[in-house]
Amino acid sequence: MASLDDRPIPGSGPLLPPGPIPGRNPGEDRTMTLENPPYRPAAGEAPDRDAAPPATTGLRALAQRHLSKLVVAPSFAAILLFVYGFILWTAYISFTNSRMLPSYELVGTDAFTKLWRIERWYVAIENLLIFGGLFIGISLVVGIVLAVLLDQRIRGEGVLRTIYLYPMALSFIVTGTAWKWILNPTIGIQEFVRGLGFPTFTFDWIVQQDTAVYTLVIAAVWQSSGFVMALFLAALRGVDQEIIKAAYLDGASLPRIYWGIVLPSVRPVFMSAFVILAHLAVKSYDLVVALTGGGPGYASDLPATFMYEMTFRRNQIAIGSASALMMLATVVAIIVPYLYSELKGGKRV
Amino acid sequence: MSSLTSALPPAEGLGPRIARWGLYLILLLFAAYYLLPLLLMVATSFKSPEEIRTGSLLSLPRDLSLDAWSYAWNRACIGADCRGMAPYFLNSVIIVVPAVVISTLMGALNGYALTKWRFRGANIVFAMILFGSFLPSQVILLPMAQTLGVLGLAGTAGGLILVHAVYGLAFTTLFFRNYYVSIPDDLVKAATIDGAGFFQIFTKIMLPLSLPILVVTIIWQFTQIWNDFLFGASFAAGGAQPVTVALNNLVNTTTGVKQYNVDMAAAMIAGLPTLVVYMLAGKYFIRGLTAGSVKG
Repeated sequence: MASLDDRPIPGSGPLLPPGPIPGRNPGEDRTMTLENPPYRPAAGEAPDRDAAPPATTGLRALAQRHLSKLVVAPSFAAILLFVYGFILWTAYISFTNSRMLPSYELVGTDAFTKLWRIERWYVAIENLLIFGGLFIGISLVVGIVLAVLLDQRIRGEGVLRTIYLYPMALSFIVTGTAWKWILNPTIGIQEFVRGLGFPTFTFDWIVQQDTAVYTLVIAAVWQSSGFVMALFLAALRGVDQEIIKAAYLDGASLPRIYWGIVLPSVRPVFMSAFVILAHLAVKSYDLVVALTGGGPGYASDLPATFMYEMTFRRNQIAIGSASALMMLATVVAIIVPYLYSELKGGKRV
Repeated sequence: MSSLTSALPPAEGLGPRIARWGLYLILLLFAAYYLLPLLLMVATSFKSPEEIRTGSLLSLPRDLSLDAWSYAWNRACIGADCRGMAPYFLNSVIIVVPAVVISTLMGALNGYALTKWRFRGANIVFAMILFGSFLPSQVILLPMAQTLGVLGLAGTAGGLILVHAVYGLAFTTLFFRNYYVSIPDDLVKAATIDGAGFFQIFTKIMLPLSLPILVVTIIWQFTQIWNDFLFGASFAAGGAQPVTVALNNLVNTTTGVKQYNVDMAAAMIAGLPTLVVYMLAGKYFIRGLTAGSVKG
């Protein structure tokens, strides 16, 4: 749920080493932070100083000026190593022939070639498309419908909101335990409905090869649609009520007002919700482990479970790393156009 | 967030009334849909194995039996270890508390430095930290496993504290940064004129103003780290595993008769801490969820 508020423009300046840079006054970087400070300096103060304290002289002032960088340095160094360094490390491994242990002898793109010859990888990709598409689509629809319905001056809205959103507070390992039980044909819904007098009723998706992936959708939508609701409800509350009132007085019906005026005006939220749901879909792991374990067989594998299986269970570290890079590439492909479109318009979501 | 923001006049007359009832009916049906799995879990955890076999899925427990809960808490077998969920619950506490404290403190300092003492390149630094919140963990699993091995932290709680503290930084820095942007710079300026230094301003001025975002961040980090499964499963060995990994092992144990009431009680034990926090401070949890995705 990354914020895109006040987002800096990546690549708009040289990357600075985390350490202090002698002779730099923190007030000098005004050109870098054009979009940032919402507060103008009070009259009478130096107009070219935004957040910077007044420049003083002496050793103490020098230390004060660089403290800021020193304070951020450990975090930045940790991120450089544990995020960017590790990405490069994984990339390197994917160009080796590592199997049980990492080897550092480069062999070219063998692992990628092999990866794209493994049938199980295709199953995982296909499942991701099915799961991702349905999960995102249904979550958006349910979330938006709930947000619009809740926006109608509902008594007990707070309680309902709390109920719709609580699954987000729980681990999928926890809720998956319940869902696994509910979806289990011999004890769950199927058995329950049969007991009601429908002995031929069948709902055994979780044990069938070609339907197991849909049970992931059921549970994932249940878990995340409340989040979409919260996003949209917050946005709906920001829509100018006067416009809605005017349309209503002009005789527009409620559905028309929402479809024609309200939803288009919260368009940026669609984008945010889509990006967040899409990257959640790519990263989905707990869900599969808790619900189907990737089974039956590997019929409900997703890339995340494929990667884990290859890397930690099948001694195919290079192939596992290659698949992890594919996941990273997918996430980057989703968020980069998003960031780009956000920045181009210069608008805040 | 007011609950009375609709500009439309209240419904009057018979038609709108019926529509109103329909609206509430739909909303209540959705509420039932969201609540059902949780209610089933709670109800089943209080049933005896006998009652689960013979009774209906939706029936309420005949008598509230706490046997499954106490069995799940300190007798259930997780692998070969039959000490129940209790030691793993404790592991999670041991991991969560320092990881939340470290990542929150670092995030607060970062947010303060990146907004009130901006240096050249601060935005790039922030963008690079922020990317971590989108990172698919799979891409760092193997290097992290190797690194923890080199550091002698493989399989330990210490290793997981490090992992969670580092990968939590993206979110904590984001939260504090966006919060501090909205605090007037004039406050800092006035304080520096009075001779206050970097840390003095942080502890005397910024922190006292930070209570809401502190709560949001702590709740967010607590929920994320408590609910983590992937890191726990990848980096923690046997006795150091967090509660989510223990739950998964317990539920997937194939030996012996399946005790669904114990499974459900164990799931409730693993889920209760975050659920209670959500009930008590849901407002702040939602703010964390939507932080930045929606303006304001």
